[in-house]
Amino acid sequence: MPNNWKTWEVFVRSQNGIAHRHIGSVQASDADMALRYARDVYTRRDAFVSLWLVASEHLISSAGQDQSAWFETAHDKGYRQATFYPVPDGVQNL
Amino acid sequence: MSEPVEGREAAFQQRIERGEKIESQDWMPEGYRKALVRQISQHAHSEYVGMLPEGFWLTRAPSLHRKCVLLAKVQDEAGHAQYLYSALESLGVERDTVYQELLAGRAKYLNIFNYPALSWADVGMIGWLTDGAAIVNQVPLSRSSYGPYARAMVRICQEESFHHRQGFDLVHRLVEGTARQRQMAQDALDRWWWPTLMVFGPPDEHSPHSRQSMQWGIKLYSNDTLRQKFIDQTVPQIHHLGLRVPDADLRLNEASGHYEIGPIDWVEFQRVIQGEGPCNRERISSRQRSWEQGAWVREAAACHADKASTAAALAGDEHAQ
Repeated sequence: MPNNWKTWEVFVRSQNGIAHRHIGSVQASDADMALRYARDVYTRRDAFVSLWLVASEHLISSAGQDQSAWFETAHDKGYRQATFYPVPDGVQNL
Repeated sequence: MSEPVEGREAAFQQRIERGEKIESQDWMPEGYRKALVRQISQHAHSEYVGMLPEGFWLTRAPSLHRKCVLLAKVQDEAGHAQYLYSALESLGVERDTVYQELLAGRAKYLNIFNYPALSWADVGMIGWLTDGAAIVNQVPLSRSSYGPYARAMVRICQEESFHHRQGFDLVHRLVEGTARQRQMAQDALDRWWWPTLMVFGPPDEHSPHSRQSMQWGIKLYSNDTLRQKFIDQTVPQIHHLGLRVPDADLRLNEASGHYEIGPIDWVEFQRVIQGEGPCNRERISSRQRSWEQGAWVREAAACHADKASTAAALAGDEHAQ
């Protein structure tokens, strides 16, 4: 019998000031169990200060888009980079 | 059992003093939250209104290249507003609520965006001076005590660097041009220099919120400290371009290594932030017009989302049968 448990994506924060990062996922029957389970699975070694969970079904993904076209941003737009503009000799703090 | 508020506030202050960052789910004193909302909303509105003086020149740029650069810059300003409105939302503030304050003309934003960009050289001055001032202000803010604000500032500063350089480059080109182009650059500098120095806010002794904000680590340096840093960085750049700082009292104090300037017209500053600058009404009415003209887009998006979820629900029902 399949248990029909949902998958939850797990995000951890190693210290305040740093954004949460994705670390993996867990399967669980509800949000409360998912949180406890994520704690057991992912935080046994490293020091973390926060966990965030999101039901995987609620994750919106760009998968399915044409990757090269979707992320084609700056190849021919070098002028968006500060280094595109020469700084004359002797000019500082630019 | 919850601790008394005084105990929590003392513990909170100790966290700040240890250099710990505060995140949105952490307990924070109401005053800290209010100070953040005030500062971040002013900052967000400034980015948003900041699109307007330069936006005027998008259809008037002198070349396709300069137009692309300006489009990219104005787009970044919209992006910066988005990062900052998101940081506000992490404090439980509704974006619509603060935005309506702006539309109603009650919200504050930087004085500088209430001045007009009269010539193409003004576009360069905005990038070089205003964004240069923004960098001096914002680089320390990327170490601000509130995590979501600090992280937004890291992204913003990376992009401001492009704004700063392209502005200097634009002015550099002008001063290498004809006598008229040099004059255009000088005129623009004469207009933008003093308002840019006011961007850092009133002098420390008249800055009501600064001391508390610094104690909370929301701000790291005082208005006057940041203003001096900007002056010391920028005056040599102006001289390099062969332009003249419009300040008869300007002099380098050899002993301190700092430039000393003449008096800033704080009456003008107060007038501009109280709504009586050259373009305040135009800026707010432009934002109101965009809001009203964009109403059909918001309605159409809501309608589409509604239809799509109804369709999904119907499909779900059929699947279940």
